[in-house]
Amino acid sequence: MKVLVAVKRVIDYNVKIRVKADNTGVETANVKMSMNPFDEIAVEEAIRMKEKGAATEIIAFSAGPAQCQETIRTALAMGADRGILVQTDVELQPLAVAKLLKAVVDKEQPGLVIVGKQAIDDDCNATGQMLAALLGWSIGTFANKLNVADGSVEVKREVDGGLENIKIKMPAVITTDLRLNEPRYASLPNIMKAKKKPIETLAPDALGVDVAPRLKTLKVEEPPKRKSGIKVKTVAELVEKLRNEAGVI
Amino acid sequence: MAVLVVAAHDGKTVRANVANAVAAAVQMGPEVHVLVAGSNAGEAAKSAAAIPGVAKVLQAEDAAYANWLAEDIAPLVVKLAPNYSHVVMAADSVGKNIAPRVAALLDVAQVSEAIRVVSPDTFVRPIYAGNAMATVQSADKIKVVTVRPTNFKAATGDGSAAIEQIAGTGSAGLSSFAGAELSKSERPELTSAKIVVSGGRGLQSGENFKMLETLADKLGAGLGASRAAVDAGYVPNDYQVGQTGKVVAPDLYIAIGISGAIQHLAGMKDSKTIVAINKDEEAPIFQVADYGLVGDLFQIIPELTAAIEKK
Repeated sequence: MKVLVAVKRVIDYNVKIRVKADNTGVETANVKMSMNPFDEIAVEEAIRMKEKGAATEIIAFSAGPAQCQETIRTALAMGADRGILVQTDVELQPLAVAKLLKAVVDKEQPGLVIVGKQAIDDDCNATGQMLAALLGWSIGTFANKLNVADGSVEVKREVDGGLENIKIKMPAVITTDLRLNEPRYASLPNIMKAKKKPIETLAPDALGVDVAPRLKTLKVEEPPKRKSGIKVKTVAELVEKLRNEAGVI
Repeated sequence: MAVLVVAAHDGKTVRANVANAVAAAVQMGPEVHVLVAGSNAGEAAKSAAAIPGVAKVLQAEDAAYANWLAEDIAPLVVKLAPNYSHVVMAADSVGKNIAPRVAALLDVAQVSEAIRVVSPDTFVRPIYAGNAMATVQSADKIKVVTVRPTNFKAATGDGSAAIEQIAGTGSAGLSSFAGAELSKSERPELTSAKIVVSGGRGLQSGENFKMLETLADKLGAGLGASRAAVDAGYVPNDYQVGQTGKVVAPDLYIAIGISGAIQHLAGMKDSKTIVAINKDEEAPIFQVADYGLVGDLFQIIPELTAAIEKK
């Protein structure tokens, strides 16, 4: 069984982002970029499936500018076998990415697609669900634990009240939550080896997908700042402030 | 055209956040309908009909809807959608699961987790863990929008909408429900609690979280946690407050032993009053706190619990 994983290049989770002065977006020039953390979990899960013999080949997919090659290389260094980059400088929104993924899925016929539940830049939490819809496949969102057996996947999901178990037919799309696994670091020998692994580059046109954004971003602004508070010295002072100043207890 | 709100429910009542979703929906169109799909959802449909601002409730009975599987609910919503200008869901684990599937089947974008309705086609939504606010405009014919419940105040009063029975769409046969492991608690639900007490890695163990339970019970508060505390196994996943967990905005948020990573702040910085208790006076949580107390939480928590007792 082939497993397809999607990896997004995003501003590193440790970077404090800056809104551009002209309010057109967020500053990405000279900012450290990394693989979306939820996608690292997706790659790790696929590798574990391969190590257990449940998967035979792992394809790492990304879409975006040429630099997304680096993100695919990271997946290859972790253990993915080959990469596919759909290269475009157009701003990609979840529906467009889902359509690109569908075109690649139609070609590659994986048994499972694993993606992060959410990208930490646009925070949309939509691409995996959209892909499953376009394919007419089942979906296991917010996966906490997976068990692949007999043509289906048992998915333990993180939901509002705790955990939920579902069984979904394969082929299927899985979106990863934080507790699914702890992704490995790529070793130096594996980083060297990854440089020789193939990455195929495609254009959206070649896949017959219109990637034009559906949502127009009118402006991007700083959130309102909280005014700075005070330090209290004792518990008694804290309780007094909460009772009489804030009036919340 | 009317706006369709898709309501999650437990069979007896719709979730509290449905009223918040309705409050958002009334800003999008002249009339709001609520879809209650389920198996024996009559009581839930009645609770939806009582939400002020709702003009009509559509009740769809089908065994396939019993457990809110996206593969089975989405086709029903898609079938109804052409009669509506918007499909709205609360951005909780049900809405996040179903709404994008609906959007893709309709070939439209989803506006995820809107916090403000500027006009029927324009919305404000947080990006980068709430460190930037994007105003986005949708040109799609039907707009699929998930809304952050804490940003839309539910209207008070009683509504009395008509309930109309509609046909179900059956099962897609792709997925089945196999049970849930839900956290049992007498405490208020995290996202609707007036007060939230949250613990972080500073608590050092699940056992020590009991101290927070005592404090939370004194205050009538919900109990939350940072990602670090959940990852360390101190508390279950549904306690997590943050960018990818729950977003809360109570009157009082007490962060104890939480350093305040931006991912955590994303889930609580809209709280009215924030208290931070941490031994590290440089901890970033103090930058958003109205009241900060530097010290050993193992001394402070019992002292605070006792002080709250003697009102």
